[in-house]
Amino acid sequence: MTVMTYREAMREAIREAMLADTRVFLMGEDVGHYGGSYAVSKGLLEEFGPGRVRDTPLSESAFTGIGIGAAMGGMRPIVELMTCNFSLLALDQIMNNAATIRHMSGGQFNVPVVIRMATGGGRQLAAQHSHSLEGWFAHIPGLRVLTPATVEDARWMLKPALDDPDPVLIFENALLYNDSADIAGEPTCDIDRAVVRREGGDVSLITYGGSLGKVLAAAEQLAAVSISAEVIDLRVLRPLDEAAILTSVAKTRRAVIVDEGWRSGSISAEIMARIVEGGFWTLDAPLARVCSAEVPIPYAAHLEAAALPSVERIVSAARAVLGR
Amino acid sequence: MTDAAAVRVKLDHAHCRELLRQMIRVRRFEERCAELYTKEKIRGFLHLYIGQEAVAVGVMQALTPDDAVVATYREHGHALVRGISARRIMAEMYGKQEGCSGGRGGSMHLFDAANRFYGGNAIVAGGMPIAAGLALADAMQSRAGVTACFFGEGAAAEGEFHETMNLAALWRLPVLFVCENNLYAMGTALTLSESETDLRTKAAGYRVPSEVVDGMNVVDVEAAARRAVAAIRDGKGPFFLECRTYRFRAHSMFDPQLYRKKKEIEDWMKRDPIVRFRDWAVAAGELHDDDIAKIEAEVAAEVADATDFAEKGTWEPVDTLTRHVGAEARA
Amino acid sequence: MPSLGAGMEAGTLVEWLRKPGDAIAHGDIIAVVETEKGAIEVEVFETGILEKLLVEPGSKVPVGTPLASIRAEGEAAVVTPVVAVDAGPVAVEAPPLTVEAPPVAAPEHVPPPPSAVPLASPAARKLAQERGIDLSALTGTGAGGAIVVSDVEGHADVQGPTDVEGQAAKPAASAAADLGPMRRAIAAAMARSKREIPHYYLSHSMDMSAATAWLNAYNAQRLPEQRLLMGALQLKAVALALLDYGEFNGFYEDGKFQPSSSIHTGLAISIRGGGLAAPAIHDVDKLPLARLMTQMRELVGRVRNGRFHSSEISDPTVTVSNLGDRGVEALLPVIYPPQVAIIGFGAALPRPWAVGDALAVRPIVQVSLAGDHRANDGHRGALLLLRIDKLMQEPGVL
Repeated sequence: MTVMTYREAMREAIREAMLADTRVFLMGEDVGHYGGSYAVSKGLLEEFGPGRVRDTPLSESAFTGIGIGAAMGGMRPIVELMTCNFSLLALDQIMNNAATIRHMSGGQFNVPVVIRMATGGGRQLAAQHSHSLEGWFAHIPGLRVLTPATVEDARWMLKPALDDPDPVLIFENALLYNDSADIAGEPTCDIDRAVVRREGGDVSLITYGGSLGKVLAAAEQLAAVSISAEVIDLRVLRPLDEAAILTSVAKTRRAVIVDEGWRSGSISAEIMARIVEGGFWTLDAPLARVCSAEVPIPYAAHLEAAALPSVERIVSAARAVLGR
Repeated sequence: MTDAAAVRVKLDHAHCRELLRQMIRVRRFEERCAELYTKEKIRGFLHLYIGQEAVAVGVMQALTPDDAVVATYREHGHALVRGISARRIMAEMYGKQEGCSGGRGGSMHLFDAANRFYGGNAIVAGGMPIAAGLALADAMQSRAGVTACFFGEGAAAEGEFHETMNLAALWRLPVLFVCENNLYAMGTALTLSESETDLRTKAAGYRVPSEVVDGMNVVDVEAAARRAVAAIRDGKGPFFLECRTYRFRAHSMFDPQLYRKKKEIEDWMKRDPIVRFRDWAVAAGELHDDDIAKIEAEVAAEVADATDFAEKGTWEPVDTLTRHVGAEARA
Repeated sequence: MPSLGAGMEAGTLVEWLRKPGDAIAHGDIIAVVETEKGAIEVEVFETGILEKLLVEPGSKVPVGTPLASIRAEGEAAVVTPVVAVDAGPVAVEAPPLTVEAPPVAAPEHVPPPPSAVPLASPAARKLAQERGIDLSALTGTGAGGAIVVSDVEGHADVQGPTDVEGQAAKPAASAAADLGPMRRAIAAAMARSKREIPHYYLSHSMDMSAATAWLNAYNAQRLPEQRLLMGALQLKAVALALLDYGEFNGFYEDGKFQPSSSIHTGLAISIRGGGLAAPAIHDVDKLPLARLMTQMRELVGRVRNGRFHSSEISDPTVTVSNLGDRGVEALLPVIYPPQVAIIGFGAALPRPWAVGDALAVRPIVQVSLAGDHRANDGHRGALLLLRIDKLMQEPGVL
């Protein structure tokens, strides 16, 4: 039995990858001497040295682009963008280069880079440090977008991400870093499929990342009023595991999508569209979703709580869909 | 220590012929491109390099096949001189499957793995971090390669220029930054966009050694590039080479050139790098009129052949539209 | 104005059955509305005071127009659109037009119900189409009162028609090209019956002399509206006989037979304009003949005009079909699922009949039984028919 936190799981995954493959290195702001903004990389500088655990200046675009270039040059870089809020400063590199070079070059070059970043609100960090941009990046062809929601996924998603010949973005919800779980046995993780975290027959609650815990809690409350909710953890926002979504909805005939992103143009909108496209005739109720309020995330705790998806709102939405 | 011989330009007949031939190739190829554009054979944006040929031709002389090249959206010349065939470039411009990017990239996105040619990047300064990353990969894998990164003076206004310059210097990455200062970022003059127009001072701010060279003189460019590359190979970190040059034609095909005077263009055209070098080489006895006629004939044949090849190329079937987005078989 | 079917755009208020100030309760009928499909009773789903009538009789108003306002007791006046019972021949309630308040907090968004078509989920629509069920005939139990799959599935179990009575009586105007919703509903239920239920049939001839004599004597002393019809006697006889033959009264569902403790007899009634329904008269075994007759008369009158309540067709435990007044000798009826039996009565026709050693002419009725062989057997079925015969010979006990 190996109990570890989400943070430790991610660190162990990085460590294991660096031990296994000398092409793997970690690069980002404060990943070395500081030990990682979220302490994920604590101790790795001492173990691997400054050549492979590279502190960077606050130059998100350059060091992300350097990661892309190094990947094209044969390395397997792990770029840490500290938080997705700062990923906007690297957006040109992610979108115009990482996502396009394979295509623009007619398949001659690929970009096997892994870009990690923290995401999500809920810590009173206000409007510039609380974004949930994973759904936004999922818009972009050429990227793979992962949202590990469990300690197990934090532990095992990195290796397949590094093995992937194309750019992979990993969004780690910052509220998960202290979660702990027993990580035992062999890794059984892929970066292709959604998983059913709880089976049910009345309504599919579809979510990912930091909202999974809220959704599971909501499912428990719904069970108390005899509503059997199925919980789908998407795990991968691009490419979406459409089959898993449609299979669940075909069974339950109802779906509530829970997404910490803003509603307009969100991944939840995409999921709803896919359900309507592929499962319209199976539906027995209008689709519903619980997203963040369309407001920059406020500082005040009560306002922030009201802005983010909550267990109550998820329960309410599920009940409304069922009309009870 | 740098071997002085390695940085000296040997101006014998063969080398003079090669420098002139490469510049003429680029010139004639692009003249044909302009014509084909008006005939709607080439579409999208078409940014011509005419006038700046000495930069690409000069710098490429200093590179080996193990080095890497990152270029901009005005990169036909760099691609041709680096070794991508005129056929594959022209086919790419046509959007044909036989193009060097399979028809997916077009004029602004020429790529070639065999020549370590990492694109045609159409975001100003967007290729600079990639160049630094390629250099980092070489350094981390103990390879001797240098990455040559071409960009215009407009890039100096971009954050990526400064971020990359700083990081390349900080990590002593083997990058040759080649700034082709043609005075205009599209239509905005350097004097209208920079408070400090001496670009070397920007490199100096990051302790990147630099040199300014007459970009209309292919020999000067080659010599400077050889010195810079030698320093980089010596482990001295990145080098900033500013080549003062001029594009004779519009920014792209759709540009009435309101931002500069005809007189200015005419004055610069008197310094045409091809004419200057040809006249010098003939005067120096390294080349004869026959040689030049022969070069022109060879190049004309090559361009005609490339055009013919592109014309006869195939359109990729639409069935495979979504190829090259991700790996077809993942590891 | 409730929406009752696709294509219904408006309805005409025929009459108000209640007046402002009346206390009204959930389920009350407060008005009658005329639509393309016929008259509709407007049922309310609120309890309170009928505050204001918003539409005058004779007015034609679009679907969605509030007809009246209802004030909950102790509450300020608010306009509440009332909702209605569908006039559709096999119809039940129309979906409420108001969206239910979410149970905990405001949901993220609740789409407004469309005004001119029944609110129904895609899955429900698909299933209804497959089964030929008219959505406007259904009551929604889903979110916002929408018709959901379970409503469509439930509907198949409560449809009335159980035989082919009246089929040729009056062809529907559009019969050839497009079966009406009623026809499709009958088709779906009967097809299911014949597909799933292993029918067996028994028939028995009954001498109706005693019953006829008793009936004539009874009716002779009464005003026309108080007189009994033979059908009432037959209905009562069937109900009493079933008391001892419980395996013919109940439902076959989920692979097993569930007997019913009550005897609610569905009465197959043809509807003017085509089709039929089989609404129930409850607890027929306990009803005195006079009350049974009153209920029958009232029910037949309403149903022939296409007006009846959902509860009346939702729970028959057995069905009786009487084609006596059509003059046919016998019928082989089809069971209405999930019921397990249907009893048919033919016309009382004068026939030669052995009385002792001699022949006599007597009014003879063929009583027939279609039984579900999964729930009951011919041996008991035969005894059931004989018991009915025996009861008809002693009409005084009915």
